[in-house]
Amino acid sequence: MSEAVSVMNGAERGTSIRVRDAGLQGMITLRGDLSAAKLKSAVKAATGHAVPKAREIAFADGKGVAWMSPDELLLLVPYGEADAAVASLEAALAGTHSLAVNVSDARAFFAVEGASARDVIAKIAPVDMHPDSFGPGELRRTRMAQAAAAFWMSDAETIHVICFRSVGQYMFDLLATSAETGAVEAF
Amino acid sequence: MLTLKCPYCGVHADETELHPGSEAHLKRYGPGSSDDEFEGYLFMRENPKGVHFERWRHVYGCGKWFLAARDTNTLEVFGTYSAQTTEPPQEIKEAITAKRPGWSWREFQ
Ligand SMILES: [Zn+2]
Repeated sequence: MSEAVSVMNGAERGTSIRVRDAGLQGMITLRGDLSAAKLKSAVKAATGHAVPKAREIAFADGKGVAWMSPDELLLLVPYGEADAAVASLEAALAGTHSLAVNVSDARAFFAVEGASARDVIAKIAPVDMHPDSFGPGELRRTRMAQAAAAFWMSDAETIHVICFRSVGQYMFDLLATSAETGAVEAF
Repeated sequence: MLTLKCPYCGVHADETELHPGSEAHLKRYGPGSSDDEFEGYLFMRENPKGVHFERWRHVYGCGKWFLAARDTNTLEVFGTYSAQTTEPPQEIKEAITAKRPGWSWREFQ
């Protein structure tokens, strides 16, 4: 068994605004009927969280569930538990029209931390980052410069970013460059 | 800048978060259709200056295809709606009529 390494292997950049590789995070794409009782209880068993409302995320202590589209969730579990979680989901959802896939190694996971974390995202994504428009508990799928990404805030100064691992270096450099030039003082 | 509200996830998506998918409400003609029907399906488009119906995909967001009614001349958006329909919903038609009385587009008015 090879040793799993996250895309930027724990790299960090910046001081007042810190951009860091947030390490290995188990991620499972789950597609199916989000209103079905079987799916709801399987998600609860896998993550400890209920299926969130549209565009929302519940995340605590490495476990969570994010609404990705009307028929898709992203389940977050500790990296080493993803395969077992997929097996449990498949068993619980047997016979229903659904799909669970461990995508942990296909993703990169970053954290942007600091008082101006909102500004870092505002400069590279077509999203209104004003606190009245976006805050903790919401998840936004969008693009950051030229790459697809999703992000959420765990608090007012911490933003988590997910993207495809194939653009992990690009995303890390992009976030770090945006952080380097500081706040835009728009909020 | 064009901004369309995705009817599937509710995000007000900037044009750069979307992918255009050409005209909406095309009826597909395949095997067994006449040459004229097939030619119309493949090549004939409205391309209007004014009220228009289009397909868009929220490609950087929830990934869903949806339909939009807008004015190609002014960029005014009359509304967006589900792709699971063969004609514009009544409220979309009414929204257009309120702004562009007497409009017509293919067989719709
Ligand atoms: Zn959408």
